[in-house]
Amino acid sequence: MIQVRTWLTVGLMTVVLVAALAGCASQSSSAQAASQAEQTIGNQGSDTLVNLALAWAEAYMADRPNTRISVTGGGTGTGLAALINGTTDIANASRAMKAEEVAAAEQNGITPVEIEVARDAIAVVVHPSNPVPGLTLQQLSDIYTHKITNWREVGGEDRPIVLLSRESNSGTYVYFLENVIRLGKKSDLMFSSETLLMPSSEGISTEVRQNPNAIGYDGLGYVTADQRMVPVAKDAQSPYVVPSVEAVNAGTYPISRALFMYTAGEPTGQVKEYLDWILGDGQVLVTTLGFVPLAK
Amino acid sequence: MNTSSRIRLSEFAVEALVRVAGFSTIGFVLLIFLFLLREGIPVFLQVPLDNLFGTRWYPTFDFFGTLPLILGSLLITFSAIVIALPLGVAAAVFVREVAPNWAREILKPMIEVLAGIPSVVLGFFGMSLVAPLIRTTLGVPTGLTAFTGALILAYMALPTLISVAEDALDSVPKSYRDASLAMGATQWQTIWRVVVPAARSGILTAVMLGMGRAIGETMAVMMVTGNAARMPTTLDSLFRPVRTMTATVAAEMGEVAQGSTHYHALFGIGIILFLITFLINLAAASAIFQKRRRGGLR
Repeated sequence: MIQVRTWLTVGLMTVVLVAALAGCASQSSSAQAASQAEQTIGNQGSDTLVNLALAWAEAYMADRPNTRISVTGGGTGTGLAALINGTTDIANASRAMKAEEVAAAEQNGITPVEIEVARDAIAVVVHPSNPVPGLTLQQLSDIYTHKITNWREVGGEDRPIVLLSRESNSGTYVYFLENVIRLGKKSDLMFSSETLLMPSSEGISTEVRQNPNAIGYDGLGYVTADQRMVPVAKDAQSPYVVPSVEAVNAGTYPISRALFMYTAGEPTGQVKEYLDWILGDGQVLVTTLGFVPLAK
Repeated sequence: MNTSSRIRLSEFAVEALVRVAGFSTIGFVLLIFLFLLREGIPVFLQVPLDNLFGTRWYPTFDFFGTLPLILGSLLITFSAIVIALPLGVAAAVFVREVAPNWAREILKPMIEVLAGIPSVVLGFFGMSLVAPLIRTTLGVPTGLTAFTGALILAYMALPTLISVAEDALDSVPKSYRDASLAMGATQWQTIWRVVVPAARSGILTAVMLGMGRAIGETMAVMMVTGNAARMPTTLDSLFRPVRTMTATVAAEMGEVAQGSTHYHALFGIGIILFLITFLINLAAASAIFQKRRRGGLR
């Protein structure tokens, strides 16, 4: 009798579980069906751009219920590959398309069209009381690989340097690594293991605000007024430039780059409307996500 | 249908319901464990072991050395217990043995309230108040250190430690105390030489539970330890930043590509963490059973 009951309960449990699982499965398949019914703009690519692209898509869709924009990340390479294979309408890229990528696209009968949608500048920040006059890219590289460990060596006070960085999955981390630490060259230099990885921009600003030893970096739009932005020079002969929207647009600030969207051929119809909106009204959102809007 | 069979039927229904609830707990734990294994095992196959247990954790560049993370977690957990143990036992002794009744009535609920403070609040408190204090008083380069994490963790483990240790003291029979006092021992001697040793295994359980709480803590630790994946092997490591297993999973899981080696590596860390917690709990359980078998006190 007891055994029968046990089996009954186990059986009942299984039924409940299976029912729950089936519920999940049917829900997701119906959602897929709904998205296929509407006309969608596919938007895929750069993880740096993904949050901005999402913000744009949400704001755009809020006013236009008939348009659906599906935004996915995966990296610039993935996005451009999708464009080349014709599986996405817009590819997000945090770098210009490489020559071999353009060639591959043309082989598939696609002429990629490049549209600059925003700019990304990375500010190097220190405590407001830190007197360091300015840093070259080479000095920044040496600081972040722990070759320079004291502020005295770069014209500051006799204090140890505490390195702050964003988490390794942030696009800013990779950009800083490739263009500052590795100076844009192929090398296997890495962030020193002494680097503190902060989970958020807020983490960096809190530590920079209160610790005179700290150095950090972040998207220009995320820098708050109570941190000091260090002037950065490309090399010792170049002028030291404090990052600003103007300097970035003039191209004088060395740690900045353009962010692109690519379309297959000249954009038409809904895609064109969307891109026009991004270059117009959409630019308001750029600053809120820490990027630099295009010059008017 | 007569009354008695109706009662029997409803009895059966209620029993079945209770049993389903009971069994489903086990079912869910098993499912979670299977999920953890399914997502985590691939990393042990995809990444060579000398990389996986190496000293470099740069997951975006295929260095999956978990050693600094494991050592980081152990360092702050043990430091936290070293800080919390004397405080916790002393607090438990005070509440149970020394404090007058009215004070006990106030203290016990207060200690339970301590356990209810959200860890993110403690983390923020640690980040904006404790860390600067540590930097200025100890003269270390940054206040975001393993020690800061250990302090916050000790604070979080205290309520568990005090409650369980207090229960252990409570289960020491009154006759022990009476005998000791009758032999002419002072109250102090009775507490430290009779009551606390008699409650030893219960206090050990309290330590184990506190440790289990500490090693699994994530949010507060992520906010105050600096998360630098350095090997904590130098002498001053306690006062340098450190990265724990939990903080790594929490910080990186959000944006990792599903199904990638990095994704599996994070679940692999989950498995390692699970094993460590399991061993701690096993040690705690065996401490209890050993004592029982000898017919001693819990």
